[in-house]
Amino acid sequence: MKPLNEVISACPPSGIRRFFDIAAEMDDVISLGVGEPDFVTPWRIREAGIYALEHGYTTYTSNAGLPALRMLICSQLQERYAAEYAWDSECLITTGVSEGLDLALRVLLNPGDEVIVPEPCYVAYEPCVAFAGGVAVTVPTRWEDGFAIDVDTVAAAITPRTKAILIGSPANPTGAVQPRAALQALAELAARHDLYLISDEIYDRLTYNGVHTCLGAIPAARERTVVLGGFSKAQAMTGWRVGWICAPQPIAELCVRVHQYTMLCAPHVSQLAAVEALTSANTDVEEMVADYDRRRRVFVKGLRETGLECPEPEGAFYAFPSIRSSGLDSETFAERLLKEQGVAVVPGNVFGPSGEGHVRCSYATALPLLEQAVDRIGDFLRSL
Amino acid sequence: MREILELLERDSALSHDTIATMLGLPVEEVSARIAEWEAAGVIRRYKAVVNWEAVDDTIAREKVVAFIDVAVAPARGVGFDDVALRISRFDEVRSVHLVSGGHDLRCTVVGRDIRAVSDFVSQRLSTIDRVQSTATHFVLKTFKRDGDVFAEPEPDHRLRVTP
Repeated sequence: MKPLNEVISACPPSGIRRFFDIAAEMDDVISLGVGEPDFVTPWRIREAGIYALEHGYTTYTSNAGLPALRMLICSQLQERYAAEYAWDSECLITTGVSEGLDLALRVLLNPGDEVIVPEPCYVAYEPCVAFAGGVAVTVPTRWEDGFAIDVDTVAAAITPRTKAILIGSPANPTGAVQPRAALQALAELAARHDLYLISDEIYDRLTYNGVHTCLGAIPAARERTVVLGGFSKAQAMTGWRVGWICAPQPIAELCVRVHQYTMLCAPHVSQLAAVEALTSANTDVEEMVADYDRRRRVFVKGLRETGLECPEPEGAFYAFPSIRSSGLDSETFAERLLKEQGVAVVPGNVFGPSGEGHVRCSYATALPLLEQAVDRIGDFLRSL
Repeated sequence: MREILELLERDSALSHDTIATMLGLPVEEVSARIAEWEAAGVIRRYKAVVNWEAVDDTIAREKVVAFIDVAVAPARGVGFDDVALRISRFDEVRSVHLVSGGHDLRCTVVGRDIRAVSDFVSQRLSTIDRVQSTATHFVLKTFKRDGDVFAEPEPDHRLRVTP
């Protein structure tokens, strides 16, 4: 047999997989390893999906997606973050941010182009760059700096082959929110070196200390930025697979071109449910965000009381405590915690070398379980 | 401050410590505020939401619940208030509201059995002065009460570890 695609063959499976396999075999596991909301999609959104199925909205939509949904997305980006996008030429609906990221990279990159990726970061960033023919160049962020992106570190990684910078804020796995000043500096750097910016803003609504900054709302970034967003986190719609891209018209147009030949369109029912999410589920979103915020405070306080150092996560639904005081590396810590105390967390090193010495704990879990998990982590640390 | 009341309304077993952490407030402030509300009658009491239909037979209690609509002739100076208060004072009456529509008061009444509720309506309620008529609706099954859905919670379909 001839060899399969060498880029894909060379890509290692996600480090998360191994923990999934161990956790799946065990009873009495409290999982802090889940990267999705514990809320089910709010009923009014589900009900709109049922209505759409009942009434036969089971067809394709236009490639770019339902105009009503694109109009809502653009008008809310404008109202919420003062980001201006034309719904008919600068916005398309994707099957989640995952597809959006793939489209953006394919449209921006030529073979061998480099993409600077600050890490620790979401596990798909590097593989997706590689699949699009690019080369991911990771740069570290430090927990001592609250995982803020240091513009000088990024600048030092720029080469003649650098094409784009890919960031996620609020971030999975760190829960870090990039301050507006850091984004502004990054935008100016990108403009100076004529680089594109890809901004994964899937957690935009989940910020706890002030309003999110949309990179597309920063003038220096506007013409060179692809903003990715979706409904999975704030609206608890992971399984519906619906998200969006907002980008300047030449980029958006090429994204639609790839999308029309690969995905064709996002699921019609999911798009209609997303319309409902943006028209009437705002209160549900606010209530869920308030709930995450309360659990965040209880959980982080609990972690700190076990003796772990935990920077305050300002967004998403992850805490990323340092486990260096335990003397264990991330993998060993996570594996032993799971086997000895039945608490599943994700070792930080799977998100990049700067994640070593940390574990990712999702607080998208019921409060009593979080409290139990903290007790078990405390028992584990005392047993070392 | 409103959030403290909303949290307690949802889960009255939350400790002051937890509430303070959740809201980022000093625990002394939370305790002081709750004490004020208790003294002022804003917080009337702390209760558990019990789904009696789910209790096992050995300790289950036979209870019948009925909604009773009452037409009342209003009186000068008091309107419906005196009659409503009079009805409210019976232990078997769980709620009384003045409502718009065909009747004036909508009450919830609990009794040992249908006979007990019927007796209450015919002997006690209907005989109050200015009560003109009643309409009794027995509850056959409760699906949701005060924001709590009495059905199996939806299972967590999430995988245990995901990116």
